[in-house]
Amino acid sequence: MVPQRLPRRSFLGLLGAGVGAGIVGCGTDATSGSGDSMQVWVLQEENQQLAHNGSVERFNKNSDVKARLVATPNDGYTDKLHVSMGSNNKPDVFYNWGGGSIRTYARDDLLLDLTPYFDKDKAWKDKFLPSVLEAGTIDGKYYGVPARGMQPIILFYNKQVFSDLGVQPPKTWDELLTIVDRAKSNGIIPFALAGGDAWTELVWPEYLVDRIGGSQVFEKIAAGEPEAWRDPAITRSIDMIRDLVQRGGFGDSFASVRWDAAGASTLIARGQAAMHLMGSWEYTNQVTNEPEYAKTNQGFTDFPTVEGGVGDPKAIVGNPTNYFSISKDSKHVDAAVDYLKKEMASTAYVDQWLEMGDVPAVTGLESQMDKAADPAFAEMVYNMVDQAPTFQLSWDQAIEREKAQPMLEALSKVFLGELDAAGFVKANENAS
Amino acid sequence: MVVITEAPAPARAVPPPVPRRSKRVSRPNALYLLPAVLFFGLFAAFPLVLVVYLSFTDWSGVGTPGFIGAENWIRLFRQDALWEITSVTLLLTALFWATQTPLSILLGVWAAGKQRNRAVLSALFFLPLLLSTAAIALLFNRLFDPYVGIGRGLEPFRNILGTASGAITAIVIVVGWQFIPFHTLLYQAAARNIPNVLYDAATVDGAGRWHAFWYITLPQLKNTIITSSTISIVGSLTYFETIFLMTNGGPGTATRTLPLEMYFRSFRAYEFGYASTIASVLVIVATAVSLIIVRFSGFGKMDSTLEGL
Repeated sequence: MVPQRLPRRSFLGLLGAGVGAGIVGCGTDATSGSGDSMQVWVLQEENQQLAHNGSVERFNKNSDVKARLVATPNDGYTDKLHVSMGSNNKPDVFYNWGGGSIRTYARDDLLLDLTPYFDKDKAWKDKFLPSVLEAGTIDGKYYGVPARGMQPIILFYNKQVFSDLGVQPPKTWDELLTIVDRAKSNGIIPFALAGGDAWTELVWPEYLVDRIGGSQVFEKIAAGEPEAWRDPAITRSIDMIRDLVQRGGFGDSFASVRWDAAGASTLIARGQAAMHLMGSWEYTNQVTNEPEYAKTNQGFTDFPTVEGGVGDPKAIVGNPTNYFSISKDSKHVDAAVDYLKKEMASTAYVDQWLEMGDVPAVTGLESQMDKAADPAFAEMVYNMVDQAPTFQLSWDQAIEREKAQPMLEALSKVFLGELDAAGFVKANENAS
Repeated sequence: MVVITEAPAPARAVPPPVPRRSKRVSRPNALYLLPAVLFFGLFAAFPLVLVVYLSFTDWSGVGTPGFIGAENWIRLFRQDALWEITSVTLLLTALFWATQTPLSILLGVWAAGKQRNRAVLSALFFLPLLLSTAAIALLFNRLFDPYVGIGRGLEPFRNILGTASGAITAIVIVVGWQFIPFHTLLYQAAARNIPNVLYDAATVDGAGRWHAFWYITLPQLKNTIITSSTISIVGSLTYFETIFLMTNGGPGTATRTLPLEMYFRSFRAYEFGYASTIASVLVIVATAVSLIIVRFSGFGKMDSTLEGL
């Protein structure tokens, strides 16, 4: 669900995989286990690099085994990781998205089970928000340590547009529909949507199903229970989405807006769209791309409730966080665990993320909030997650990988008006 | 009259054979073939065999491939979407060929001439071929954005990537724009090789420009048309980058082709075994298509279009 996860630029992605294969094949970069250094694989992003560099520098001062960062651009990171996990040159520690991004490796016994380490060191475990830590489990075992900010899906709105329309942030679905109609009649696109990438549409059924039927509806689907897709909450959500699309809730050309081009974010920042249901990374993007809008007009609120729904209105969906996992056959397992123990919840590391606008999944963060780039936003995200009874991992990450693609396809057809609720359910049941 | 018929004879005479000076100069033996065979074996034949083997396994990209018999193959042919995906692939292939070939022939024949500005314009036409495919696809993807792109406010173009027919049209245009120069180059070279005597003779017989093109240029380009078509069709069947980057197979599954399905199955779903099955099908289809073209076009006989000249 995070933009970084998507191997969007396949050509570059394949190139990345090729380069990865080349590296693995030629062994030119095969420092895993050589001498006293361990590889820590991270994404190559300027702002993230600051935090990672700091943590490695602090750790290396007092360690015989030196951690070494290996940064790879977003595009192709997952492909490169997958190629290396199938080889003898695995990273010792690597950055991932939990769920589907590591499930194959966990089941293939390639990852270090962190459960005994957490059990032995309760104080370490208690440093992380339980709902986020929980979301990083595979088959009931911990494989990841939260490594950066939390990314719940938030309802963003343009304050200027809202005041021009004379409306307040919606508390219920009916209020939301009223805003949609009013925006439309004023020539404003109610919701910005980068519908060229189906994952941006997934946030809608994720929230609606949770509000209508509660968190267990999707938990059953993720567990692979028979007929789980036939839950009435699924049908009702899809009907509501179809209704919203037909009302013009997303304008009439959302299908050709791509996430990469930042088209959706630009629409709301320029006041052409009123709202945007998106992950917290949208906030950071706006700070970078449209600083003026981010400072003055960017509003954020919870997803509204749905009449007759039994779900907890405080439940959230999205990407709990990114994790660091450890390869099981790393020669430096102890050092790797030591690194994650010392650094992932360290004050210096957390502060670094806060300054960049991220809100790490660390307990007792209230005292550090003043370090945040925008304390109001950081506090909102932190409280949102802290008070959430459940934090549902993005569906495409939570279900089996081979079922995720058919689900996204079916959903994009729902948005295009090509599939109804029954068709959506059937498409998901047919997905091998 | 008898003298006249005999007159050209000396010009056509076969030159006397060059006497061999030494027996050391011999025809290349099989050893000369070795580098090519090794290269082909290592980078084409061997991976091909591996892919066919993987198509009978449940390999996820990590771990040991488990043999599962023909399960992937049965699943492939039972998959409802297979026919949709295959027909999109064939439709795009047909459209690529049908748009690129005539335009390339016309441009190539034009570029073979001696008109003013021809060299400058040819160089401009050639430019897209020098650009990276990924860059072109991303560039057009941005240009086609409905709100900030070139088509904003222009009704049929605004949402071009958002409708099935629009997305297919856009892909055909962009891929054509990129690859027509390549085929043009082939036709230009071939058109330059057509002996002028043929046109001179046709002019004497009173043929106009159109007749000359239809009865001389086109037949003379026959072998090039077959070569270019084979390259274009086989290339289209396995074409990936522009479609993936411009439409990502969308909207919905309107531009999902076999190569895209293969990529999604492997690097998104980690079903490398099943993806290998799709890859095997692509190899079979592409090989079959090129064999059919060669067989039925008479290209295999390698007739020269210059015979009798």
